[in-house]
Amino acid sequence: MKNLRLHKFAAVTAIAFASTASIATAQIKVVATTPDLAAIAREIGGSKVAVTALAKPTEDPHFVDAKPSHIVTLNRADVLIDGGAELELGWLPPLLESSRNSKIGSGAAGRVVASTGIRMVDVPTSFDRSKGDIHSLGNPHFLADPINAKIVAKNIADHFSKVDSKNAAAYAANLARFNNSIDTNMVRWSRTLAPFKDAKVVTYHKDFVYFARRFGLNIIGELEPKPGIAPSPAHLASVIGAMKSQGGKVLLVQPYQNRRTAETVARQTGAKVLDMPQQPGARSGTTTYVGMIDNLVNTLAAGLR
Amino acid sequence: MQCAQIPNGLRIEFKPENQNTMRGFLLLCAIALAMPIKATAQTPQKKDTVVKSDSAAVADSIALVRQLEKELGAGSDTTNAAPATTPRVTGGYMNIGFVSLLDAGWSSAEDVAALQPGDHDPRVRGFTLPNTELTFDGAVDPYFKGFANIVYKIGPDGETGVELEEAYLLTSSLPYNLQLKAGQFVTEFGRQNPQHPHAWAFVDQPLILNRMFGPDGLRGQGLRLSWLFPTSFYTEAMLTVANSTGETMSSFRSEESSEIHGGRLDDRAVERFSDLMISPRLSTSFDLSATQTLLLGASAAFGPNNSGPSARTEIYGVDAYWKWKPAAAQVGFPFLSMQAEALTRRYEAAERVAVLSVDQVLPAENLRDWGSYAQLLWGIKPRIVAGLRGDWTRGNAGAFDSAIRQNRFRLSPNFSWYPTEFSKFRVQYNYDDRRGFDTAHSLWFQFEFLLGAHAAHKF
Repeated sequence: MKNLRLHKFAAVTAIAFASTASIATAQIKVVATTPDLAAIAREIGGSKVAVTALAKPTEDPHFVDAKPSHIVTLNRADVLIDGGAELELGWLPPLLESSRNSKIGSGAAGRVVASTGIRMVDVPTSFDRSKGDIHSLGNPHFLADPINAKIVAKNIADHFSKVDSKNAAAYAANLARFNNSIDTNMVRWSRTLAPFKDAKVVTYHKDFVYFARRFGLNIIGELEPKPGIAPSPAHLASVIGAMKSQGGKVLLVQPYQNRRTAETVARQTGAKVLDMPQQPGARSGTTTYVGMIDNLVNTLAAGLR
Repeated sequence: MQCAQIPNGLRIEFKPENQNTMRGFLLLCAIALAMPIKATAQTPQKKDTVVKSDSAAVADSIALVRQLEKELGAGSDTTNAAPATTPRVTGGYMNIGFVSLLDAGWSSAEDVAALQPGDHDPRVRGFTLPNTELTFDGAVDPYFKGFANIVYKIGPDGETGVELEEAYLLTSSLPYNLQLKAGQFVTEFGRQNPQHPHAWAFVDQPLILNRMFGPDGLRGQGLRLSWLFPTSFYTEAMLTVANSTGETMSSFRSEESSEIHGGRLDDRAVERFSDLMISPRLSTSFDLSATQTLLLGASAAFGPNNSGPSARTEIYGVDAYWKWKPAAAQVGFPFLSMQAEALTRRYEAAERVAVLSVDQVLPAENLRDWGSYAQLLWGIKPRIVAGLRGDWTRGNAGAFDSAIRQNRFRLSPNFSWYPTEFSKFRVQYNYDDRRGFDTAHSLWFQFEFLLGAHAAHKF
């Protein structure tokens, strides 16, 4: 009896191990620094990949803790997707150093630099921190423009095909489907925002530059006097003045920005504070990239109406 | 010695004892080096026509780029836009950083250097520049990363001291989850010892670390092998082997060890492997929830000391770090963190001749020391941190009454304000209770600035 139990236990364990092992070999392990990159990776990889995002959807992607659990995640990764524009400069380098995984090292097939091929804006001509926390490669919030998502998706598909060539056809098909979905939705998004062309908006940080360019919005100011610098009363007064004189009606904030500051400005100007998280999953029902942009477009349209 | 830059096969040899020849040689070298620069500087004037045709070619290529841009249709508006391939001007092949700390304040104790024994602590009433670091790091090649840390500090006497604090290689692609570090580096014992003063949450070094590792912490020349366990949660084992000599090997064969045991130093060469300092460490971490992380560690250090030919020291330590940060933190705030370390040391002091008197022989004895510190940090709102630390050290009585083995207690509340990640203001009050002294009250201010590359902080 005792022996039988032992056998049963052994058999169950063996099956459990075998099944985890088969899942492990079937799927490539993908780690993305931020949830937006992870969402696109899931579209391209489908069932062939298991994707983990390091930053939480509501977390400030500039200030993620370099937790030891991230070292383990990176150590086991087959592919790492990072933004490539120094957004993760404050936490990714020490994690990579400890992860000792050459598969995701700089230049490796398993390393996707998402920004490759993207036309960056706000690229500084001089490096001077008196201008605030400026990223030397340009504004890293490029995924707020859906057209850029297509470039990122292509970068991801290329690397997935290199790492896992036998499924290259599946990745190519998923890429085509993703691009198609962006193109179709782009028509809808543009139509939704068309009545608000040149609408004057204010953002907390310089994180809607790409979005505004794509959808023809006019950003008349940021609550931060300089990127990464906390709003000062004097600067807020000037923003309030600009909003009153130019007629700015909405303030766009992300979950990790100071909503109270935005509300103070809103009270003074009669403007509305709009929650516009750029990370899928920050709001329920926005787990996909398209869902996230849907939420941005609809929230903005409702706010400007 | 020859000057390779001198053209036409002209060679000048010099003898070090002949100063004039050497000066002449250096002058010739300088001229030889300057000549090509002068030559290139003249070229544009001579070749005006070439320049003109060059600029025409440049204009052509710009036109071609414009045309290609149009055809590729990347982006409708090109104002302020540049391709992602813009080369990075800063850094190049190496990140260079500069961090400078300034302490200012007053203490009720006159002998501040004895009250604040750490090398990067405020050392006098008034002003101290305890730590100015030049940091370098980068990929050496596909196999190694390189790091260096050069520290300048101005001591209580106003003299500038320079220290090669760290210079080491780190492998980036060893198999089996292994990683090797080689060179001069801080020993990964506990949590705070490997941190640089810039990353400290308080103005000064915890007292127990000072007592075990000396004013500058435990650090030396050696090798460190680390293995990341293949477990689902983070577990890392490390083994450091380093020379046991030098002032940063305070508990081992330091030239300042007399301050611990009071005896003359037994100087001898390294005779066997166990004459080196050996330090194992095991650390593990768990995410208790999506917003809480716990990191635990146990470390030890073994090696010879110089109280006698076969005397040895053993140090053991445990450390814990816990942090809570909400899922929607703003620039990393608010947060709550707790850090604590406890250490114990057995210092085998051999029978030894006292430093103070040749006639006095101190008996063989075991000097035991133990203590701990715990610190709580509360990131109240963006860029504002309140801290509270308690320090406590004890030891048994030895035949020699050591000033650095006094029983001590310290309580330090502080406030830090970070205008950005690149600057910091801190104010700290210290309540000190030392055996044999009056209680001391100190108030310290600290200012910090950072230039260049900011090495990201580990967890």
